[in-house]
Amino acid sequence: MISRIYVIPKNEATKADSYLIDSKLSKKELVKLAQTLTNPILEDYFIDESPRVGNFSHAIEIGFLPGVTDNVGHTVKEIATDMLHLKKNFSLAVYTSKIFFINSHGLEDAQKHSLTLYNPLIERALFVEIKSGKIDLPNKIPEVVLRKGVSILPVSLSVSDEELIKIGKEGILDETNLRRGPLALDLSSMQAIQKYFSSLKRNPTDIELESLAQTWSEHCKHTIFANEIDDIKDGLYKTYIKGATNLIRKQKTERGQQDFCVSVFSDNAGGIIFDEDYLITHKVETHNSPSALDPFGGAITGIVGVNRDTIGFGLGAKPIANTYGFCFGNPEDTRPLFRDKEQKQRMLLPKRIMEGVVKGINVGGNCSGIPTLSGFIKFDDRYRGKPLVFAGTVGLIPRNLSIHGGKKQLSHEKQARVGDYIVMVGGRVGLDGIHGATFSSVTMDSTSPATAVQIGDPITQKKLSDSIVKEARDMNLYTSITDNGAGGLSCSVSEMAKECGGAKVFIEKIPLKYPGLLPWEIWISESQERMTLSVPKNKWKMFQKLMESRGVEAIVIGEFTNSGKVIVQYKGKKIMDIDMEFLHNGLPKHYLNTTPVIIKNLEPALPKGLSRTKVLEKLLGEKNISGFAFISEQYDHEVQASSVLKPLSGRGRINTDSQIFRPVLNSNKGVVLSSSSYPSYGDISSYDMASCALDTAIRNIIASGGTLSHLAILDNFCWCSSNDPKRLYQLVEAVKACHDTAIGYGTPFISGKDSMFNDFKGYDEKGNPVSISIPPTLLISAISVMPDLYKTVSPEFKNSGDIIYLLGETHDELGASEYYKLLVKQEGNNATHLDPLRCEASSARLVGNSVPKVNLEKNLKTYLALEKAIQKELLASSLSVTSGGFGIALTKASIGGMLGCEINIKNMLGGSNLADVKLFSESQGRILVSVSPKNTKQFERIMQEIPCAKLGKVTKNDKFVILDGKDKIVETNIKKLHAIYHKFSNSQQ
Amino acid sequence: MKNKKLHSHSSVFSAKKPRIIIMSGYGLNCEEETKFAFETTGGIANIVHINDLIAKPKMLSQYQILVFPGGFSYGDDTGSGKAYANKFKNHLEKELEEFLSRDTLTIGICNGFQIITNLGILPGALTHNKNGKYIDRWVDLTTSTGSSSVSKEVSPWLKDIKSISLPIAHGEGHYVVDPKKYKELEKNNQIAFKYTKGEICKFQNLEKNPNGSEHDIAGVLAYNGRVLGMMPHPERAMFSHQSPLWSLDKTRDKQKIKKEGIGLQIFKNAVNYFKNHEKNFLGK
Repeated sequence: MISRIYVIPKNEATKADSYLIDSKLSKKELVKLAQTLTNPILEDYFIDESPRVGNFSHAIEIGFLPGVTDNVGHTVKEIATDMLHLKKNFSLAVYTSKIFFINSHGLEDAQKHSLTLYNPLIERALFVEIKSGKIDLPNKIPEVVLRKGVSILPVSLSVSDEELIKIGKEGILDETNLRRGPLALDLSSMQAIQKYFSSLKRNPTDIELESLAQTWSEHCKHTIFANEIDDIKDGLYKTYIKGATNLIRKQKTERGQQDFCVSVFSDNAGGIIFDEDYLITHKVETHNSPSALDPFGGAITGIVGVNRDTIGFGLGAKPIANTYGFCFGNPEDTRPLFRDKEQKQRMLLPKRIMEGVVKGINVGGNCSGIPTLSGFIKFDDRYRGKPLVFAGTVGLIPRNLSIHGGKKQLSHEKQARVGDYIVMVGGRVGLDGIHGATFSSVTMDSTSPATAVQIGDPITQKKLSDSIVKEARDMNLYTSITDNGAGGLSCSVSEMAKECGGAKVFIEKIPLKYPGLLPWEIWISESQERMTLSVPKNKWKMFQKLMESRGVEAIVIGEFTNSGKVIVQYKGKKIMDIDMEFLHNGLPKHYLNTTPVIIKNLEPALPKGLSRTKVLEKLLGEKNISGFAFISEQYDHEVQASSVLKPLSGRGRINTDSQIFRPVLNSNKGVVLSSSSYPSYGDISSYDMASCALDTAIRNIIASGGTLSHLAILDNFCWCSSNDPKRLYQLVEAVKACHDTAIGYGTPFISGKDSMFNDFKGYDEKGNPVSISIPPTLLISAISVMPDLYKTVSPEFKNSGDIIYLLGETHDELGASEYYKLLVKQEGNNATHLDPLRCEASSARLVGNSVPKVNLEKNLKTYLALEKAIQKELLASSLSVTSGGFGIALTKASIGGMLGCEINIKNMLGGSNLADVKLFSESQGRILVSVSPKNTKQFERIMQEIPCAKLGKVTKNDKFVILDGKDKIVETNIKKLHAIYHKFSNSQQ
Repeated sequence: MKNKKLHSHSSVFSAKKPRIIIMSGYGLNCEEETKFAFETTGGIANIVHINDLIAKPKMLSQYQILVFPGGFSYGDDTGSGKAYANKFKNHLEKELEEFLSRDTLTIGICNGFQIITNLGILPGALTHNKNGKYIDRWVDLTTSTGSSSVSKEVSPWLKDIKSISLPIAHGEGHYVVDPKKYKELEKNNQIAFKYTKGEICKFQNLEKNPNGSEHDIAGVLAYNGRVLGMMPHPERAMFSHQSPLWSLDKTRDKQKIKKEGIGLQIFKNAVNYFKNHEKNFLGK
């Protein structure tokens, strides 16, 4: 029987909650359930009768589409089962929806209104008229109705190359003549598979082909970084990224320094030493393609997904901090774009994507009890086609775990053993997230599968996480663990099988959200909140009991073997039987070629006259510069009681460039996080784009108190059109810069990820084809350990009378700066108008050519001196100079302290006398510090060999004044600057 | 399932140290730092999963302080604190009654506060913040002890605290109480904390009551002050470096800056209540 419970706020309700209950519960039981869903002080409930609705014309019911995760529905089911003492197999299904009451002129108007309330990819909307204060909604259940399919489909590969290409690109042809969705396998991969199966004298099954596609996907194999490219035989990753780390570790050991790398590039996250007792881990992921389709779902699965990478590090690390990074199109851009020519599949607008993504990280992070500390937001028109959503997690794990007999085991080592059970723990498997891995490996267009979208359930995962990293791990109940991410079980089981030499899985044992899934779907589904563990048989009972008592589902789905094969059975029949060797190493190698790019950009005209007050104020108001307190403030950054340097700092609440926290409460050691990316610099040189990102991420950390000799970095490459040799040339350049800069600073890479096809192909409102590619974007994240967190220095000015210094040199490096971008936006600048969306690698743009270059030798000296000054506690404030240059850094330090300043830039060190350069050039290696007069002598002594210019002082009054010799070039006040800095953020509240 | 931690060294019975049970499970998430705060101040704290307590309900009688820590139990689905409170009531109603009838202390912090209002042991209810958004920032609070009309100690939890600044982090912290009940709360000195414009609000120019709570209420008391529910998080203010003022303060007078944070006083008060038990027999 189907009943509906409404819960509605008592006073002037504009919305109500609805619970459709499909069960055999008695009326009395339903009443009891309704009571528990209602807080009698705030709400009333109604069962199978309409609540009294106020003066509204229409009601809109927004619920989930069939098969989409309904988290609240799960909770209600759990509540009912517990309260009514229902048996485990009692048939009960709960479907939740929200009902909004609106006033509109007719149905069409209501429908228009609803477009802002729901996402048709995952939700359904129903409109009803409100008649005499009542609503009448049909009790219709969004049940999954699966088409009947053949459970196992053999796929003939004795076909033409054209057909092989088609299978690879569009998917297996099913029995109804429909393609199942992209395998993202090219012809040579398909031919390798063809050859393998012809040697076995049989055709592959659909599940075998799908499984290979997952394991071989760009998303999983990182073929572009692995393959030979030009004369780089071992590929980019081995030669430059891992190469740099290996060299740095060797150098450290030779110099008698601590090699703090413990587990790098081999696990779900990178692990380094925190202290004698603990390791810290870090990993940053991207979740771009799903976030374009469903921003909320994409972002939440991004953050809870990377949390699982932490839980899956070694034998299980505890997530202790989240990081995020967002790149969006301009939120004011409202031009419609479509994925298809028929204009049925409309792209979400940047503003909508931003709101959904921000909320997704909010729910994912806050619900999981992990502080979301560190993050950034960037805007560029070229992120209109595909936004970038970065999500990272730092973890903590004891270095040693005790096993029986008082013996110790290194926590980062794990090995599934022959005979161990393969155990799936956490959520169940549904249709959600099928072809996620292969989908994110290709350009997004009208064939992008809607099933690639998932919604995370942070509470299911929190229960899973707690029971693993706070209990089962320390009870030594399993031998290995990994995350179910891209490719689902097909990837996690095959990966773990490497540890012992084989695996055997029984598909019918895998628990499902609803019946009717086909074996291949179950095997590759990316349904969330699942980990795969290897549990020794003699520990299974104890493990099972623990999980049960924590409300976590754990099921044995197979056994690890040493057969050299991954075997999957379905109802007694072998449906997959592939050699591990072929599965993991059978992907044919490609040879990649690059073509050099020479870009000759145009130079924007500089403003006339002496005053730079207006342009500084305008620049401060640019969304890439101004504050984003509205995001920082809605993310819980203080849970776990570890907060030291917060995302917002000082009286004026400026966003910090690095954040510090205390992972172990009885230790004074702090962990420092920062990140950096300069996508615009790639319009001039991708080498400098990369080296500047490294330099800035490192500088941000040192500026707040981190330690250069205990600092590690992570790379996230988000590229576009990676089959274009010009884009590959830019990639090689960027990777080389990563290598050179990391070695220069002695900061090893410990983990990395890439997403190589961030392109969009679609249509505008006139039906004209449009293609938009992101600017190649490299995010560098940095993590460092500081010995004494009480020495933290925050960026804002503290006390009037403090002396202001600029460390480092300022050169004429305005190319691709935020200042140039602003000048170009302003009218009347230069006659040539260039299309901001032009996306060929060599397109000339109006951004100049003198991009900042990193001087490793000089900067290194500066950073070490700065570190010394901070250790001696000589600084009152310290702020790394980044986007917007010295002018913006000075503004932020002043707003942060709500203190004025008097500055003369005449004595600024560097190669230019131009005020525009001194104020706005983004030269690297610079830090703006303030020092109490009583410390200046000692400070200047430390800085003797360092470019260090004394430029002025912090003042008590509200005035913000910059002189260039005798000329007053900026004159404004702090209140005004504060208002400009927070304007965008306040408009988002 | 046995709770391993119960058998660890810290649980050795001690005559002076009070024993604290901190609830966990289903998405509660502040249990570890809350345990740290209680242990720093001299208590013995055990984190106990609700299902372990349900399996051995008598366990509760071994404790003097019951803690519902912050978190996101059941993801706030169906309304914050509801589902966890239902489960607790459904299985442990009798034991809770017995616990409250003894000379014990109970605290609910943030989600814990939402849980114990839903349990019905504290008056009022908590609903969505006035702007509908989750918010993490610091607030200033005055206690009923701080108001001039009340001279005597209204709660062991609030001893020596007149005003305090602590962080909040919640989406449903908007306290609601009907006018009649409010009068009763005032009369009985049951209002533990009120949001006020103090040091932090002035420092960062912030509004005093960010969630729209009625009568600026941030925390309430019951059972003669032995049960405290509060939205702000004292355990996130147990070190000086957690305060937004710390970076500035430490440039002014390094000597005066203590490492201990102001929030620790609440935990100290609870532990000392049992340590100085003979002297402190009020409320009986």
